[in-house]
Amino acid sequence: MKVLLVLPVLVPMATAALTLLAFRREGIQRGLGLAGSVVQLVVGAVLLRAVYRGGIPSTQVGSWPWPYGITFVADTFSALMVLLSAIIAVATSIYALSDIDQERRTHGFYPLMHVLLMGTNGVFVTGDFFNLYVWFEVTLIASFVLLVLGNERPQMQGAIKYVAMNLISSALFLTGIGILYGSVHALNMADLSLKLPTLAAPIRTTLAMIFLVAFGIKAAVFPLFFWLPDSYHTPPVTITALFAGLLTKVGVYALVRVFTLLFVSDRDSTHALLLGIAGFTMAVGVLGAVSHREVRRILAFHSVSQVGYMVMGLGLFTMASLAGAIFFVLHHALIKSNLFLISGIMHPHGKEVRLDREGGLLARKPALSACFLVTALSLAGLPPLSGFWAKLLLVRSGLEVGSQRAAAVVATSLVVGLVTLISMTKIWNEAFWKPAPAETDLAAQPNGTRPRVFLYVPVVLLTSLGVTLGFSPDPLLQIVQRAAAQLADPTEYVHAVLGDRAHETPRP
Amino acid sequence: MTVLLAIVVGGLYASGLFLMLRRSIVKLAFGLVLLGHGTNLLILTAGGVVRGRPPLIPKDGGVLEAPPADPVAQALILTAIVISFAVVAFAVVLLHRVHRTMGSDDIDSLEATDP
Repeated sequence: MKVLLVLPVLVPMATAALTLLAFRREGIQRGLGLAGSVVQLVVGAVLLRAVYRGGIPSTQVGSWPWPYGITFVADTFSALMVLLSAIIAVATSIYALSDIDQERRTHGFYPLMHVLLMGTNGVFVTGDFFNLYVWFEVTLIASFVLLVLGNERPQMQGAIKYVAMNLISSALFLTGIGILYGSVHALNMADLSLKLPTLAAPIRTTLAMIFLVAFGIKAAVFPLFFWLPDSYHTPPVTITALFAGLLTKVGVYALVRVFTLLFVSDRDSTHALLLGIAGFTMAVGVLGAVSHREVRRILAFHSVSQVGYMVMGLGLFTMASLAGAIFFVLHHALIKSNLFLISGIMHPHGKEVRLDREGGLLARKPALSACFLVTALSLAGLPPLSGFWAKLLLVRSGLEVGSQRAAAVVATSLVVGLVTLISMTKIWNEAFWKPAPAETDLAAQPNGTRPRVFLYVPVVLLTSLGVTLGFSPDPLLQIVQRAAAQLADPTEYVHAVLGDRAHETPRP
Repeated sequence: MTVLLAIVVGGLYASGLFLMLRRSIVKLAFGLVLLGHGTNLLILTAGGVVRGRPPLIPKDGGVLEAPPADPVAQALILTAIVISFAVVAFAVVLLHRVHRTMGSDDIDSLEATDP
C-alpha cells in the first residue's frame, strides 16, 4: 500500500533514467518509453482501486513523523488524476512512435516526457506544500525543454511568453509559501487546513489571492491565459497533446486542492471571485476560438474556455458541482488530447492546419472524419457523449445553488457551449466537408515512410474511450462522486495524514 | 533588522518586476534573477530572523536554547536556490537561442511573424 503511493513517481523516474542510459539507441528508447507508460497505467488503475476500496492511504517519506517528514497521500481525486495522466501518456507514447522525428528523439524526447510525467504525478500525490512547488518546477523545466525541442522559429516565440509567465507564477507561489510558513509555521496541507482558520482574515485573504494568481497562471484562467494560445500550437502534435492533457490540469488540480482544503472559511468572497473568473474564462476563450482560422489555435483557445467550466465547479462549491468539475477535468483531458492528435493527422507534413487551405478530408480519410466528429460533438457537450454528462452535472448543481451569480454563470456556460459547437462546426465544414481547393497539392503529397498506423491507434483508442464514458457514465460517476465527497469534507483526508494526532497543535 | 530586510525584499520585487516589464529579453532574465532572490530573502525573513543562535544542542546541555534560528526556512531556501539556479540557466540558454534565431533582443520583434 505504501509503495503504491510512491510508484506513480518512481515508475516515470525509472523510465526516464533507463531511456537516458539508452540515449544512443533509438529503438530501445521508443520501446522503453511505451513500456514505462503502460506500467504507469497499471499502477494508476491499481492505486485507484485501492483508494476506492480501502480509503485514503498516506505515507511519510523516510518514516519521519508528519511535521518533519514529507507526506505522500492519495485521495480518490489524486488517484483519478494519476490514472488520467497514464492514459494520456500511453496514447501520446504510441503516437510519438510515428510523429516525433529523429532529431527530437536523439535530443532526448523520451527522457523529458517521462520527467514531465514524474512531475505531474508528484503534484497529484504530494501532501506537502513545499513539495508541491518542487514537483511544479520539475514539470515546468521538462515542459520548457519539450516546448523548444527542435529550435524552430515559432517555438521560440511561444517559449518566451510561456517561460516568463510560468516563472512569475513560480515566484508568486514561492512567495505565498514564504508568507504561509511565516504566519502558521506549517507546510503540511492537512496540518494547514486545521491551522489556517485560526489565522487573521486579512493575511488569509492575501494568501488566497497570491495562490489564486499563481495557480491561475498555470491553469490559464482569465485574464492570465494569453501565454497558452501563443505557445501551444508551436511544438509537434505529440507534445501539444501531452501539454493539453496534463499541464493546465495540474494548475486546475492545485486550485481545487487549495480552495477545497485550505481557503474555505471566506467562501463568500473567494469562491464568488472564482465563479466570476470562471464565467469570463469561458466566454473570452470561446470568443478567441471563434476568431481564429488555424485548427490548433482554435483548439488552444477552447482549452482556455473549458478551464472556465472546471473553475465554475470549484466556485459553486457544492458536492455535486465538485463532482461535475472532476468529471469535466477527466473528460476534457481525453477529448482535447485526442483533438490535437487528430489535428496532427489532418495535415500530414505542414505544421499549421489553416482552414482556408484545407478541404476534402471526409472523402480522403473517412475513419479520421468519424473520430473527429464524435470527439468534437463531445467537446461541445452533445448527448449522449462524455461532455454532456460533465456539463449536465455542472449546470444542474448551479441551478440547485440558486443564487443570482450561479444563475449568471450557468447561463454563460450554456451560451458558451453553443458557440463551441459553432466553432467546431466551422472546422468540420472547412476541413472535412467542402471539396479540396484546386490549387493545393494536398492529395499529391506523399505520406512519407513513417508507419501511419501508430497515428491512428491512439486516436481510435481515445475516441472509443470517450464514447464508452458517454454511453455508460455510471461507474465513473460513482467514483467521481466519492472523490467530490472527500474534497467537500476533508475530515477523512486530514485524518489519513495526521492520524490520531489530528487535534494536536505541535508548535507555535 | 526585520524591517530592513522587508524593505530589501520589497525593493528586489519591485526592481525585478520593473525589469521584466521592459522590452529587452536580457532585462527579462535579470528581472527573473532579482525576483528569485527577493523570494528567497522573503522566506528567510518570514521564518523569523534570529542572530547567532544555530539550532544545535550544545555539548554540555540537554536541550535547545530558545529561541533558535529556524532551520526549516533555510532548508526551503536551499532547495529554492538550486531550482531557481537551474531555471535561470535554462532561461539564459533559451534567450541566447532566441537572440540567434531572431537577431534581436527586442520582445516586440518576436511578434513579427505571428499570423
